[in-house]
Amino acid sequence: MNIIVVGLSHKSAAVEIREKVAFSPNQIEKPLKELVALEGIIEGVIVSTCNRVEIYATTRDIAGGIARVKRFMADYHHLAMESLENHLYSFHSESAIRHVFRVASSLDSMVIGEPQILGQIKTSYGYAAEYKSSGVILNRFLHKAFSVAKRVRTETKIASSAVSVAFAAVELAKKILGDLSDKTVMLIGAGEMCELAAKHFLNSGAKGVMVTNRTFERAERLADEFGGEAVRFEELFEHLHRADIVLSSTGAPHCIIGPKDVEEVIRRRRFKPVFFIDIAVPRDIDSRVDDVDNAYLFTVDDLQEIVQANLAQRNLEAEKAEEIISQEIGQFFKWLSTLEVTPAIVALRNRFDEIRKGELEKTISGWKDLPPDAEKRLESLTLALMNKLLHAPTKVLKQAGQGGRVDLYVDALRQLFELEALQRDDEELELEE
Amino acid sequence: MTHFFFTLTLVLYCCATAAYLFCLFRTSALLNTWASRLLALGCTAHVLSTIHLATKLKHLPLTNMQESLSFFSMSLMAGFIFFERRYKVTTLGSFVTPAALMMFIASATLHSEARQLPPILQSNWFWVHALLAFISYAAFAIACGVAIMYLIQRRYLKTRHFSGLFLKLPSLETLDDISYRSLSVGFPLLTIAIISGSIWSEKAMGSYWIWDPKQTWSLITWMIYAALLHGRLVIGWRGKRAAILSITGFIVLLITFFGMKHGVSW
Repeated sequence: MNIIVVGLSHKSAAVEIREKVAFSPNQIEKPLKELVALEGIIEGVIVSTCNRVEIYATTRDIAGGIARVKRFMADYHHLAMESLENHLYSFHSESAIRHVFRVASSLDSMVIGEPQILGQIKTSYGYAAEYKSSGVILNRFLHKAFSVAKRVRTETKIASSAVSVAFAAVELAKKILGDLSDKTVMLIGAGEMCELAAKHFLNSGAKGVMVTNRTFERAERLADEFGGEAVRFEELFEHLHRADIVLSSTGAPHCIIGPKDVEEVIRRRRFKPVFFIDIAVPRDIDSRVDDVDNAYLFTVDDLQEIVQANLAQRNLEAEKAEEIISQEIGQFFKWLSTLEVTPAIVALRNRFDEIRKGELEKTISGWKDLPPDAEKRLESLTLALMNKLLHAPTKVLKQAGQGGRVDLYVDALRQLFELEALQRDDEELELEE
Repeated sequence: MTHFFFTLTLVLYCCATAAYLFCLFRTSALLNTWASRLLALGCTAHVLSTIHLATKLKHLPLTNMQESLSFFSMSLMAGFIFFERRYKVTTLGSFVTPAALMMFIASATLHSEARQLPPILQSNWFWVHALLAFISYAAFAIACGVAIMYLIQRRYLKTRHFSGLFLKLPSLETLDDISYRSLSVGFPLLTIAIISGSIWSEKAMGSYWIWDPKQTWSLITWMIYAALLHGRLVIGWRGKRAAILSITGFIVLLITFFGMKHGVSW
């Protein structure tokens, strides 16, 4: 049994193509059912996000399975195969396992270390489980992928540093002000980045928000949104000392806060430090403010530098993550291989037992004057014989499972002993687990 | 027996210091835990060693430079352990443990002959004075250590150096907190130490204040820290100025301790 992966991502297809192949989450039941109804496809999971559409499946026929899944993707979305083919990639066996482990660990994402992909795969798996398109192998596989992703996240620093300007601002504030839970934020002006940063600060526990704007109504609206307080622009300097964090983004052509203002603010705050972020261009806050003791001024450029440095670091951490994944692949692949072995051993044993019972029956029924305990003795003789004969092949098969030569041995076994096609029963596997 | 405890302390301190220095370069929760444990073990050995020595001498081992240095390093390590538990500032260890280790090694290289306790020291006031003085020294040493860390971190922030040590140092706020706390412990202790010292001075030498170099410089030290705490409490002094003053105070303290002699000798 093999795992195959077919799909496309932001790396192989532009958004125009990706959106054509996307599967909608509210209508995932139908494609899942059609997927596992394909010839040769036994289990299936569909993962569809804005950056990738991938199908994970199990099959005995790798080449045929992959081809059929590709065709399924084209046909389901009424697309011509030719237009889609160049954008699709496929993996099987070990490389399929590696790919999915990497994707779940966010190593294949646009921003390495992003947290959404894991949740998205978990949701997709949830649907597959609900509609029963996934079975023992994909269930185990995806659970393993989730635990590998968790390992990567905890054992490497791949997701620990800020890679957006807003997050970088929060991290920097923590380095200066420590715990943010009793700190107040002041928003001067408005703007997407400003508001996003304010949201992040609130999420990180900031106690309160003050909003000021040349247009008081705008300040009020924004203050409502954040559950904070609106301040009239003319009264800015009366309230500025109450803020530990100041985010400024007005359209003013010149600076509105200068070093003397800040010195006064610091004095009024009894020298408690203040963190300024100047997002505006042209700048709102005089750069000499940074020279004031206990005042810390950063611009968006500074924050961008932090983000770049963190991104570079994530790439280094990604190498460690790849190592972890390599370790885990080995383990999982071994498990997958041994799935074939047990039914083979059981089938062989059953065949031997059939023969044994048949011969025993024949011998006993044709024997006159059978001594009283003879039947028992014959039974134990034939059993012992069978077990001893089976001992070596059983051992070798189990070891073959670990070495990866399983398919070869199982096929040979089937042919040599004329066993029926070894249908793997899902229930048997449940018992093994 | 003394030798055994001493060697044990030395080995453990060396391992702990090495571990803490390593912590600067590698991030590992395991390493942090082990550094902490080794230090706790080392400090315990040191305490036992000191107690053992005290029982042998029949008095506190604070009468000469060798004993003083050992006691100083012990209080310093103990003080750091306390702050580490409270604030989780492993990085402070990388600053404190090497200093304390060097003090301990210095104490080992000195030697003192066994002798009778001179009469001038046979006053309880002397022990109170010496004991409190050393504990306050440890507190001020920690305040100095955090002040140095504060200045480094502040420099990193101002020059936009956001990697390496910057990531390991705690927040400016935490450093400030620790500084304030250790000063609040050290200053009262120093005050009582100076007072009990002058009471001892009266008993031993006939006058409360003899303006010998030790007493004079102790007063200067005391005034610097008084100004620092006053500034903090009344005006709210923080930041670069306060940090520099804290470091200055500690330098003066070291001069007082190492450089100045008591008016009398024993």
